[in-house]
Amino acid sequence: MTSEKESRVPIMAEGSCLLRKMEISVAEAEKRTGKNAVNMQETYTVYLIETRPADSVTEGHNPVPDSLWRRYSEFELLRNYLLVTYPFIVIPPLPEKRAEFVWHKLSADNMDPDFVERRRIGLENFLLRVASHPVLSSDKIFFLFLTEENGWKEAVFETGFLAKSDSRLKALNATFRVKNPDKRFSELKHYSDELQSVTSQLLRVRARVADRLYGVYKVHGNYGRVFSEWSAIEKEMGDGLQSAGHHMDAYAASVDDILEEEEHYADQLKEYLFYAEAVKAVCRKHELLQYELETASQDLASKKQQQEELAAGTVRTFSFKGMTSKLFGQETPEQREAKLKVLEEQIKEGEEELQKEFVKNAWKDIERFKEQKDHDLREALMSYAVMQISMCKKGIQVWTNAKECFSKM
Amino acid sequence: MSAGNANSLTSSGQQSIEEVSHPLSAEESVLSSPDTANAAISLAEKDLSLLNGTPVDTSSPASSSSLVNRLQLDDDLNGETHDLFVSVDDPKKHVSTMETYITYRVTTKTTRTEFDLPEYSLRRRYQDFDWLRNKLEESQPTHLVPPLPEKFVMKGVVDRFSEEFVETRRKALDKFLKRVADHPVLSFNENFNVFLTAKDLNSYKKQGLALLTKMSESVKNVTGGYKLRSRPLEFAAMLDYLDVFTQKLGTIDRIAQRIIKEQSEYLMELRDYGPLYSSWAAFEGELQKPLKSVSECVTSCATALEELTDDMSEDFLPVLREYVLYIESMKNVLKKRDQVQAEYEAKLEAIVVRKEEKIGVPMDVEKCQDRMECFNADLKADWERWQNNKRQDFRQLLTGMAEKNIQYYEKCLAAWDTIIPLLQKKEDMNVDTN
Repeated sequence: MTSEKESRVPIMAEGSCLLRKMEISVAEAEKRTGKNAVNMQETYTVYLIETRPADSVTEGHNPVPDSLWRRYSEFELLRNYLLVTYPFIVIPPLPEKRAEFVWHKLSADNMDPDFVERRRIGLENFLLRVASHPVLSSDKIFFLFLTEENGWKEAVFETGFLAKSDSRLKALNATFRVKNPDKRFSELKHYSDELQSVTSQLLRVRARVADRLYGVYKVHGNYGRVFSEWSAIEKEMGDGLQSAGHHMDAYAASVDDILEEEEHYADQLKEYLFYAEAVKAVCRKHELLQYELETASQDLASKKQQQEELAAGTVRTFSFKGMTSKLFGQETPEQREAKLKVLEEQIKEGEEELQKEFVKNAWKDIERFKEQKDHDLREALMSYAVMQISMCKKGIQVWTNAKECFSKM
Repeated sequence: MSAGNANSLTSSGQQSIEEVSHPLSAEESVLSSPDTANAAISLAEKDLSLLNGTPVDTSSPASSSSLVNRLQLDDDLNGETHDLFVSVDDPKKHVSTMETYITYRVTTKTTRTEFDLPEYSLRRRYQDFDWLRNKLEESQPTHLVPPLPEKFVMKGVVDRFSEEFVETRRKALDKFLKRVADHPVLSFNENFNVFLTAKDLNSYKKQGLALLTKMSESVKNVTGGYKLRSRPLEFAAMLDYLDVFTQKLGTIDRIAQRIIKEQSEYLMELRDYGPLYSSWAAFEGELQKPLKSVSECVTSCATALEELTDDMSEDFLPVLREYVLYIESMKNVLKKRDQVQAEYEAKLEAIVVRKEEKIGVPMDVEKCQDRMECFNADLKADWERWQNNKRQDFRQLLTGMAEKNIQYYEKCLAAWDTIIPLLQKKEDMNVDTN
């Protein structure tokens, strides 16, 4: 277990990282039934989160970990909180809500034990990613998620993130166009789109490949039976045929394990499919900020223009503001200037915010993400190659055995 | 008989067919065959010199005992009885105004004295093989003649001139000829000799002088319609075996076809799958090389799979189907045998009923009995031979299939092995490679 976790710790982890201090795992999954929000019976799965100080397992000590149960919706809540609170961070994705990219033998049912098991692993992976993130790992709400079973939900809502979330979602869903898009972010968004597209295609085709491979292996099982029947009418050939048939059965059966292992590879691809979405979210947030800044600048420009017009006594364009100021009394030029100054300050602050905080932090995290992605995907490809090699070796073994049996016919 | 290009059997001179002894009759074989089986043959001679003391010209000398001895020698691949080697190769297309067809080169190497020359090489087309087979069946009705590949192919479905089709057919024709050459009786058949040696086969065909033996004539004249009383156990067992065997072959054929289909669909998906990694590589930086190498790897595996599937279609299935034809031939021979027995039984019964001729057993019935016993002997010998060949053929076929699969996996393994170092990060050497 630990070696797996260690391999998930990114190469560069700045600052204190929770994972260094604490062992985290999603140990089990259980079915529960209860009444939901509309007072209807429902069945759902809960996951056991276990935590333990990192240095507690030493020299014979094996203390019982602290634990609590959480369901998928709570993970979602946590993630939404992180999304709103750290808009400049690429937030690790959750495992898929519903089974997608399934090949025919794989169940699309959320209650299917294999699906639940893969989800358990995915949720653990999510927690480990957050816990090893230089920024996210020090979040209080995250810590409470791992340690406070009750009262956690209230704490989340108390942060007021929902209010921000609503307006943010609204803004993000609206279509807007930025006048001077930041080249780096445009390129990044373009990359994310491509990554999404290629990984989803890959996952779809891989599922079809798995389906076909399954078919090829399973049909060979029929040889087992017919060789057995045939051997019954043969004298000298019988034994060889019979034993070869057994090997054919073994061959057919071997595909189940092979494909189960390959699902892990698919899960790794899926994680980055969803990660691409998370990167896009950062890009969009940046776009939104820039848009707001541009709108504010435009506002300032038109206000300046108004001031000039009023000062010069010429009203070139009709403006509602101009009308109201006429209706409600004119401001003194000093007052107006002061107002403009405030606006200028606000815009400057906005710019600073945009430039310094957001872009700097975002770009830092994006670099971190890129390294992580390159590392993880390279590893994923490696483990995929290793799986293929293993499959080939098994194939050679089985057919060599069968060949020997045939040669003794 | 000594017409045109007919050779070697010149001693008979101008005789009518009825008087001509079977080319393989006891006397001749003593002269012609390398005589490791000599002792056995003389024994056979004695056995066959029954009945009225007339020179035996009905049965083949290679009847039960001698044949058994020969078989034992044949099993030894280095046995001296292999004195006739044939092969079919080098298919060529011929285009004329009337038709387009393929010819094959038929090569013969032999030390047998029935042949004028030690080597022959000439071209034959499928029609000629078909002619040969019909002649063999006519002239050796008590023997199992190997099958030919299917005569008719659906013009729209199969390309008769495609490389694969021609190659598959060539292999089958080669097998056919080799089986005939290996048969201790069939290989001495005059028609076979002519097929291997005659420059102008067509004119020979037109002459239509069939070398019918007494046996073949008489078997031809067996009137059907006699009902078989009881089939001897051993022949009943043969029929049972053939029935089940046919079934199993059919099943195996269906399974093989299904595998080919599944593999083809798997191949199609792989051809979509590989390029995706390439398109991904196109917009990546550090991951470009690893992704590209995975793409190439998948493509290599796809190619290897295609080779495997093609082999199955071209080598495995045709041989299976050929055996189904073989079984049909065998069943026909068994049927003929049944008829011969039935006729004998009927005639025997007729006598008993009529209580005729207390003076010995009439010739007619004796002839029938002869016929039956010889047929039975020939058939049993051929059955043994067929069983042995079948065992060898299937051993070869199935080990071949296993070998092809092993090669496929080895190719894939090599491809994936090659890219492992490409996937490893230079700094990160702690990667766990199973």
